[in-house]
Amino acid sequence: MGLEEKAGNLGFVTTTLENVVNWSRTRAMWPLLSGLACCAIEMMAAQSSHYDMSRFGMELMRASPRQSDLLIVAGRVTNKMAPVLRRLYDQMPAPKWVIAMGDCASNGGVFNNYAILQGVDEVLPVDVYVAGCPPRPEALIHGILVLYDKVQQEGITEWA
Amino acid sequence: MNNHLQTPADLIQKKYRAELSSFRDHITLLFNKEFILEACQILRDDFSFEVLVDETVVDYWRRKEPRFQLVYQLHSRQHDERIFLRTSISEDDPNTSSIVSIYPNANWYEREIWDLFGIRFEGHPDLRRLLLPKGWEGHPLRKDVPIKVEETCFTFNYDEIDRGKPRAED
Amino acid sequence: MPIHHEVTSVTLDEIKNLVSDRAVTGETILLNMGPQHPSTHGVLRLLLELDGETIITCIPDIGYLHTGIEKSMEGITYQQAEVLTDRMDYLNTVGNNLVYCLAVEKLVELDVPPRAQAIRVILAELQRIASHLVWLATQALDLAAQSVFLYCFRERELILDIFELVSGQRMMTTYIRPGGLWREPPDEFEDAVRDFLGHFPKRIKMYEDLLTKNPLFVDRTKGIAAISGKEAVRWGMTGPSLRGSGVDYDLRKVKPYSGYEKYEFDVPLGKDGDVFSRYIIRIQEMRESLRIIQQVLDKLPSGPIRSDNRKFVPPPRSELGTSMEALIHHFKLWTEGFDAPEGAVYVPVSSPRGELGVLLESDGGPKPYRAHWRTPSFANLQAIPILAEGHLVADLVAIIGSLDIVLGDIDR
Repeated sequence: MGLEEKAGNLGFVTTTLENVVNWSRTRAMWPLLSGLACCAIEMMAAQSSHYDMSRFGMELMRASPRQSDLLIVAGRVTNKMAPVLRRLYDQMPAPKWVIAMGDCASNGGVFNNYAILQGVDEVLPVDVYVAGCPPRPEALIHGILVLYDKVQQEGITEWA
Repeated sequence: MNNHLQTPADLIQKKYRAELSSFRDHITLLFNKEFILEACQILRDDFSFEVLVDETVVDYWRRKEPRFQLVYQLHSRQHDERIFLRTSISEDDPNTSSIVSIYPNANWYEREIWDLFGIRFEGHPDLRRLLLPKGWEGHPLRKDVPIKVEETCFTFNYDEIDRGKPRAED
Repeated sequence: MPIHHEVTSVTLDEIKNLVSDRAVTGETILLNMGPQHPSTHGVLRLLLELDGETIITCIPDIGYLHTGIEKSMEGITYQQAEVLTDRMDYLNTVGNNLVYCLAVEKLVELDVPPRAQAIRVILAELQRIASHLVWLATQALDLAAQSVFLYCFRERELILDIFELVSGQRMMTTYIRPGGLWREPPDEFEDAVRDFLGHFPKRIKMYEDLLTKNPLFVDRTKGIAAISGKEAVRWGMTGPSLRGSGVDYDLRKVKPYSGYEKYEFDVPLGKDGDVFSRYIIRIQEMRESLRIIQQVLDKLPSGPIRSDNRKFVPPPRSELGTSMEALIHHFKLWTEGFDAPEGAVYVPVSSPRGELGVLLESDGGPKPYRAHWRTPSFANLQAIPILAEGHLVADLVAIIGSLDIVLGDIDR
């Protein structure tokens, strides 16, 4: 305790490696542009000026999975689209996270039939589920902040 | 019904022994499927029904014989009239002729019908599945295919459903 | 058990009859513009046959958003099925509800009071403006005018605030119900709409100043994908994509519904049938919608907002405590639903994309026996090979934007 107070006055900050790495990962997390259906419109609304997402580091959405680290599955996932999503996820470099946005991505939503995957967690490991049909942009931002908290808790032993 | 609809409806009724029915200002003519190409040709050339608005199938499983009825909706922009043609298709012989040569936009409608109902169209240039994945087996919109996939989840069967669901590996 | 297939790869043999001979010899390349792409408005996959940068053919591969809505609707009652209609064309949610309710009302012969009809028109026109704003935002974004995207979404927030005011939900409102509306709109509704009407015309002028005379935008859109009126009609195109070629056909004028015949408005027509004409007429349509809303607000009738035919419309909750019939009707409607007479109806309306219609067939029971949706984007997208032939890949992005397709509409 005393060391930090003294060190703070000297102009440098001490912390653990975990905290620094986790902090930097949350401050500029770029999502992949993977809007599928109605939730994509709310994701676009969250990106635009009224509910700005760039204040959370997501200034832009990358079109290429190789350059992004967050996959927001916004919309219903069909059986035809599922292998495509899996391939996109595999193409993303680690560390990567997945947010299942909306009811359809979380558990199939309103649709309980032959064509829709009952939740995207049948093909991808999901970190945060955001409920709503479609979730308000504020709900999506809350989901992103929950994800940031989760990333902040990640330990160094999990990366290896 | 007015003159522009009365004349073609009467003609088709007499020529192909069609059944004329009327419900809430729609005129429907039900006839045999072998006459569909001729009927569409006559309606398009002589009576200016130049637009095919919609083509779909209604499945009357176990309610009527023959099982399927193909519904065509033709529209005449000049006279602002719509006419519904229906042809019956049985389950044992789910084939009919394609009207792509008369109305080119029937292409995707017929592919969708093949995809979801399993009715083949002779003369269609490219009959492949349109909406479902390539290797899908079955034709989902038929009435003998069940609708629900997953049981409604309450607290008492949550664990059971959870164990049965596939989960992704990382 | 769910079925997960391999990624749909199309081999050359399968599409040999669709591409030209040069593809088979390898002179031209087949490029996949995959389902995940920033400029295909949704999950649309296009197979392009390219000679350098020029497109020889363009084959769309759809179905990545096929939701089986038509099948799902067969298993639930008419009231419950309305919820699914919002999710089809998710940019025209109010319009989808409207066409479904018109079809149900035609089927069971239910009356709609005039106040409900007028408010339906206001909401439908607001939804048209909102949909055109998203169209403009994405079209401009694809052609690298990014600030228009932010401006359009800012205006859209005002409209979504009005939807939230009446129904509680921004997008999937389900506010229009068979027989009228769900509940009386709050008192602030008229003021909010009038505020919007005062605020919006300057904004349309702002978008026009940014784009219409902009040489970059005009170069990328004038003369691209011109289609003649006759050809467009032959392919069953409707909506602004058809009116861009000069064909005067708008369902609000030809087959007026919900009281549209009482209001005066023009239907803008384009001249050349290219991307630029469609842009101009959609901007003009936004202005005409404002005109319609102004007229409706001036003549807004008072009265009930839902039919009181208790066989089909649930009674207000205040009556449930006092009236036995109301309780019985409520119970029957919410458990079983109402029975519709046997027969089939088709009702077309004018959605921002074209002619949207539902073929609703009933077998005398409480559930729709067959609900088939004739969606405008499905018909408009079929003409893409004709439109894209001979243009560059960079133009394809503008062409898809000008057709204003929504994949939820196509795949249902």
